[in-house]
Amino acid sequence: MRRVLWILAVLLSHWRRHPMQLATLLIGLISATALWSGVQALNQQARQSYDRAAAIFGGARTPMLVARDGKAFPQALFAELRRAGWPVSPVVEGRVQIDGHSARLLGIEPISLPVEVGNAPTLGRTDLEAFLTAPGQTLVAPETLADLELKQGDTPRLSNDATLPPLKLQPQLAPGVLVVDIGAAQQLLGKSDQISRLLVGNSHGPRKPLQQVAGDRLMQVEPDAETDLERLTDSFHLNLTAFGLLSFVVGLFIVNSAVGLAFEQRLPMLRTLRACGVSARQLNTVLVAELVVLALAAGLAGLVCGYVIAAALLPNVAASLRGLYGAQVPGELSLQPEWWLAGLVISIIGALAAAATSLIKALRLPILSSAQAYAWQDAQRRWLKLQSALALAFFAVAALLLWLGQSLLAGFGVLAALMLGAALLLPSILEFALRLGERGARQALVQWFWADGRQQISGLSLALMALLLALAVNVGVSTMVETFNRTFLVWLDGRLAADIYVSAADEAQARAIQSWLRARPEVEAVLPGGRAETQLAGAPVDVLGLPDHATYRDHWPLLQSAPDAWKRLVPGDAGFISEQLSRRLNLSVGDYIDIPAPGGDWDVEIVGIYADYGNPKGQIAVNVAALTRRFPATPLTRMAVRTDPANVPTLIAALSNQFGLDGRNVVDQASIKRESKQIFNRTFAVTGALNAFTLGVAGVALLTSLLTLANARLPQLAPLWAIGLTRRRLALIELLKTLSVAAITALLALPLGLVVAWCLIAIVNVKAFGWRLPFDVFPLHLIRLLIVALLAAVAASLLPVLRLARMQPADLVRVFTIER
Amino acid sequence: MSASRTIITRRAFAGGAALLGLMRSARAQGFAGLSEDADGFAQVLPGKDFVFPADHGPHPDFRIEWWYVTANLTDVAGNAYGLQWTLFRQAARPGPQGEGFANQQLWMAHAAATRADSHRTAEKFARGGVGQAGVVDKPFQAWIDDWQMAGSDRTDDASLAPIEIAASASNFAYALSLEADRPVVLQGDHGYSRKSEHGQASYYYSQPFYRARGHLSFDDHSVEVSGSAWLDREWSSQPLASDQSGWDWFALHFASGEKLMLYRMRQRSGNYTSGTWIGADGRARPLGPDGIVMTPTQTVEIGSHKLPVSWRVDIPALSIGLATTPLNPRSWMATSVPYWEGPISFTGSHQGVGYLELTGY
Amino acid sequence: MHVSLAICRDAKWQLVVLSVRNLFKTYRSAGEPISVLRGVDLDVASGERVALTGESGSGKSTLLHLIAGLDAADSGDIKLEGASIGALDDAERAALRRERLGLVFQQFNLVPSLSVSDNLSFQARLAGRHDPAWHAELVERLGLAAVLQRYPEQLSGGQQQRVAIGRALAVKPLLLLADEPTGNLDETTADEVMTLTGDLVRRTGCGFLMVTHSMRLSAMLDRQVTLHAGRVA
Repeated sequence: MRRVLWILAVLLSHWRRHPMQLATLLIGLISATALWSGVQALNQQARQSYDRAAAIFGGARTPMLVARDGKAFPQALFAELRRAGWPVSPVVEGRVQIDGHSARLLGIEPISLPVEVGNAPTLGRTDLEAFLTAPGQTLVAPETLADLELKQGDTPRLSNDATLPPLKLQPQLAPGVLVVDIGAAQQLLGKSDQISRLLVGNSHGPRKPLQQVAGDRLMQVEPDAETDLERLTDSFHLNLTAFGLLSFVVGLFIVNSAVGLAFEQRLPMLRTLRACGVSARQLNTVLVAELVVLALAAGLAGLVCGYVIAAALLPNVAASLRGLYGAQVPGELSLQPEWWLAGLVISIIGALAAAATSLIKALRLPILSSAQAYAWQDAQRRWLKLQSALALAFFAVAALLLWLGQSLLAGFGVLAALMLGAALLLPSILEFALRLGERGARQALVQWFWADGRQQISGLSLALMALLLALAVNVGVSTMVETFNRTFLVWLDGRLAADIYVSAADEAQARAIQSWLRARPEVEAVLPGGRAETQLAGAPVDVLGLPDHATYRDHWPLLQSAPDAWKRLVPGDAGFISEQLSRRLNLSVGDYIDIPAPGGDWDVEIVGIYADYGNPKGQIAVNVAALTRRFPATPLTRMAVRTDPANVPTLIAALSNQFGLDGRNVVDQASIKRESKQIFNRTFAVTGALNAFTLGVAGVALLTSLLTLANARLPQLAPLWAIGLTRRRLALIELLKTLSVAAITALLALPLGLVVAWCLIAIVNVKAFGWRLPFDVFPLHLIRLLIVALLAAVAASLLPVLRLARMQPADLVRVFTIER
Repeated sequence: MSASRTIITRRAFAGGAALLGLMRSARAQGFAGLSEDADGFAQVLPGKDFVFPADHGPHPDFRIEWWYVTANLTDVAGNAYGLQWTLFRQAARPGPQGEGFANQQLWMAHAAATRADSHRTAEKFARGGVGQAGVVDKPFQAWIDDWQMAGSDRTDDASLAPIEIAASASNFAYALSLEADRPVVLQGDHGYSRKSEHGQASYYYSQPFYRARGHLSFDDHSVEVSGSAWLDREWSSQPLASDQSGWDWFALHFASGEKLMLYRMRQRSGNYTSGTWIGADGRARPLGPDGIVMTPTQTVEIGSHKLPVSWRVDIPALSIGLATTPLNPRSWMATSVPYWEGPISFTGSHQGVGYLELTGY
Repeated sequence: MHVSLAICRDAKWQLVVLSVRNLFKTYRSAGEPISVLRGVDLDVASGERVALTGESGSGKSTLLHLIAGLDAADSGDIKLEGASIGALDDAERAALRRERLGLVFQQFNLVPSLSVSDNLSFQARLAGRHDPAWHAELVERLGLAAVLQRYPEQLSGGQQQRVAIGRALAVKPLLLLADEPTGNLDETTADEVMTLTGDLVRRTGCGFLMVTHSMRLSAMLDRQVTLHAGRVA
């Protein structure tokens, strides 16, 4: 053991003498672990919330019996089904208002609740007694408690003057939900003897057919394999994961270069260790142990950074998840121990993977081969060939995935393969470019400039690859974001053509508001609308009723349309569908769809397809009169109002006064636009932040690579100094060289970035969100990025170059006096 | 007085293993709960006039009540079987009955089927007020989900016959028709059954003369069976004294047609023993605490429970001396309130079959 | 190497620490087999200082590497204190190197990231027999007291080789093997290092086998063995 410790101490002594190298290694590992685990923390947090939401007493994970008309039904059916062998448990549900906040009230019957309802809140035995016996309990999530500014034990009053049973904290519960005993819920919701649905347990026994017990009243709804939320948000999380993975890979590039360099430098030491009596196995064991120790230390630091990153990004992530999908994710990070463990494990695995080549070399280390510098040119050429071959293989994979892949994952696969291929090809391209420069050079110094640059490639290639990837992703993402912004703004203007949007509490109020509005002189038009819900191909779909009015005809943005599309909408046998729906169901203009409606299926011809960005649900737009004919129960409570923008504030104030409407019921166009833009900005803020992190990591990689190279390059520079170049001039040449290599890399990153952008827009977005944006190139953006890349290169090379410029002549002389 | 039973319902609530202990008395050995105060509930007093069919129905003002059927059966090959069908009612609080889910009655049911090499059990729980479980006196019906004990228009109020009982679980099921031609038998002092020297008592009547016929299946293997069955009806608000830990109870069908019910309440200072001798003609003769000697002769260990499954029973006044043997010594009811209940046979001065129940071990 | 000094001083009772018999070694270079050693026989006794000479390519270094267990012979036998090393596995050979042998090479092979002091005790610590008194004596005799906390790159060549020799002797080896230890040193320094080494070898009583092409240095040792065409001439 003492021997092992001594070997470890000897190995570690290298880092003491080369702290910059150690810093590089640690920074690489820390940033890899930090970004990866940060993103994982975000995903885990979100998934946890979906689970909570889904698991609320059989949310979407349990088969259910519901009334065909979707309404509540008598609880007698519950007893009848139980007596017929059905393992059902009743749930009553409704919305309640507490002090202006709206919450979902769920009444459950704990005694018949199926055991397998899932990871729903668990009550202890004394809790259950308290839950069931008067005054009962209201289970509530901590977030809800905080939102309502209430504490445990409070008995808040509802808007209908009923009083909730005392609040009881239940951390596993989803936010926004109040759970009480079904008996209490029926009273609170005014649904005596009524239930909203029956959860079906999976105990097997003889059951009478449902039809025989309940007639046509009930139907069984099978559970989804994954919840709607999970399905909807998958793409969002995949996006995050992809960025996390990218950062991880970039970080590992750094680790790989640091470990590789350290290994090369420690070769003589390893040989000496072997010669002085350390067996190969012992040496390798200690090398691995050293790496694991470093990985653990860096992993811990990385986890802390990851936590900070996640905590910083979570509010934005939560906001965009809420805005885009209506998913409630608490803004406070709570992490499980598994997360910490997984972070450490990933750090160790990453370190081992990055050091694999070096470790294998150590394993095969011949004691006797002299520790002389090997012919770098041959080795480099071999490497370049191998890398180029690998790159071509990756391109082939990308092409194959593009050809065959259908899923979002395949889309990201195309992206990953393309980028890795490009990264691997980079050194060859650089070598080729520098060779061209060398051939074209007339002057000796210039020729040396290119040749020496070429020699540096192997040392810098990993950092340059990281830079290439980071820049390409930056170009790709910013192009996509900019494209989206532009398209989205135009689209928003078209969609929100009216000036005020009003949503009445009921139809009576809607009628009153309409007649009141029509009597006002400043109102140019009142456009009533309605919205019904139905199902198409197993997914929920909204049916939107549009009035036949110029406001819509002139502004509503149609992507494709049949001739006279708006005219054909009026009779009620034609409709528009959203782009998402058309892609999902593979429908185009001229096709027919059967919309399930209460009075039987409604056969509608598709005469137009419109963009509906940001809506996870499919949508069908039809004439509003036709909608109320086919969906008679549709409340016509929504209306759009056209007026002069100058009149908007006074009109809203008057409306609010007259009908007691608040900000949720009457909104002006500008506010909706502002909110929509905010949601999207937040979504892309996360992407942007991760993007910036990645670029930063690439910059650090470049810096550390240059620093480690700086010492090794003295023997190359000293002769030049000796033949009469000043240190300043040498430093300048070094700077120029780094800049030219970085510039070539950045130039290569631009086309790659545009390919990335195309992949994001044409593959990833379509698969993830169901919409396709026009592909635009923004030259100003590209130029700006180019400058950023060069600045990053300057910043990275500044320190080593300054050191060179200020180096004592004695240090340069030593190159000649000391045999290395 | 078949046993039990504080209704200590145990229920995995929402996927957990949480227990539903509706009474403060919910303990692992929950029978002790029967000795709690009866505050607010109706009291058991001597001199009650039993009225049928009304008394076949529930008595919600009392805290606990049960409908308890056991049957000793054989198939054509002579193999012995036993089965149990039990519905328990417990009121979580006294007072007027709540409507719908606000009802305070809680229901629990046990079903079991026993043969020499196997003992299967199942239990169910339900809240009262919504029709998932309950009892109606006329035409008689007691049910919880799809388990039931149901009479018809033909059912006679005095004998509570004929009726059908049925229950099914994942690995056993049964359906029996029960018939009887003698009226129910009032236990103790005209239906007032003492449980200790301190006044603890219950209302208790039985129908020990059921002739049973039907089928019984273990897994999916069904057999035709016939034999004798015994119904116990008992309700009370406080049947156990505070120092009583459980009881040993016998219901015996003599081959000669007589019936014998015996129980021994185990308490700290000397056990309280009681019983009823029922002649083949249906006439009942209460047996006082002094004339009965019950001695365990053999115990089995099931988990941490030591259970006296074989007994020596002597009633000198009736010249009865019996040795009882269980059909399956491992007739353990692994329900939320666990106890031992299984078919037995006896030899000695007389021979026959019956049921033994051991609680509080 | 626990050969007592008493025995060492009595030249008649010298112990054979190294015995090489009929050793063969062939290398492959560009597909052509090159026979380097063709039946070498050699003995070194404790306290004996032997110079191994021969022209370039005569197999001097190869023989030294085989003795050190850094490479395996094709046939023949190498015995250290009577025990054959041919049958040892990598771990056992490593143990042999760290506990019973001292190695000194032409390129000083110090660990650049360890201080002089740590380099000096490097092998002794590996072998688990660091002896502070002996360490101190070595420091004094090698004249390294002033540079103990420096790093190898801050030393002159002569100083570096003295550290390497000290490292090898710190374990009190059975046999000290040196491959052109003064090859990188000027003549004065080389002589100085040789004298020191000779003294220390005598002090520890170990055997000393040195590969050199310098007749002048080989003359300073007790016995000269010359390799020619893969055999002892």
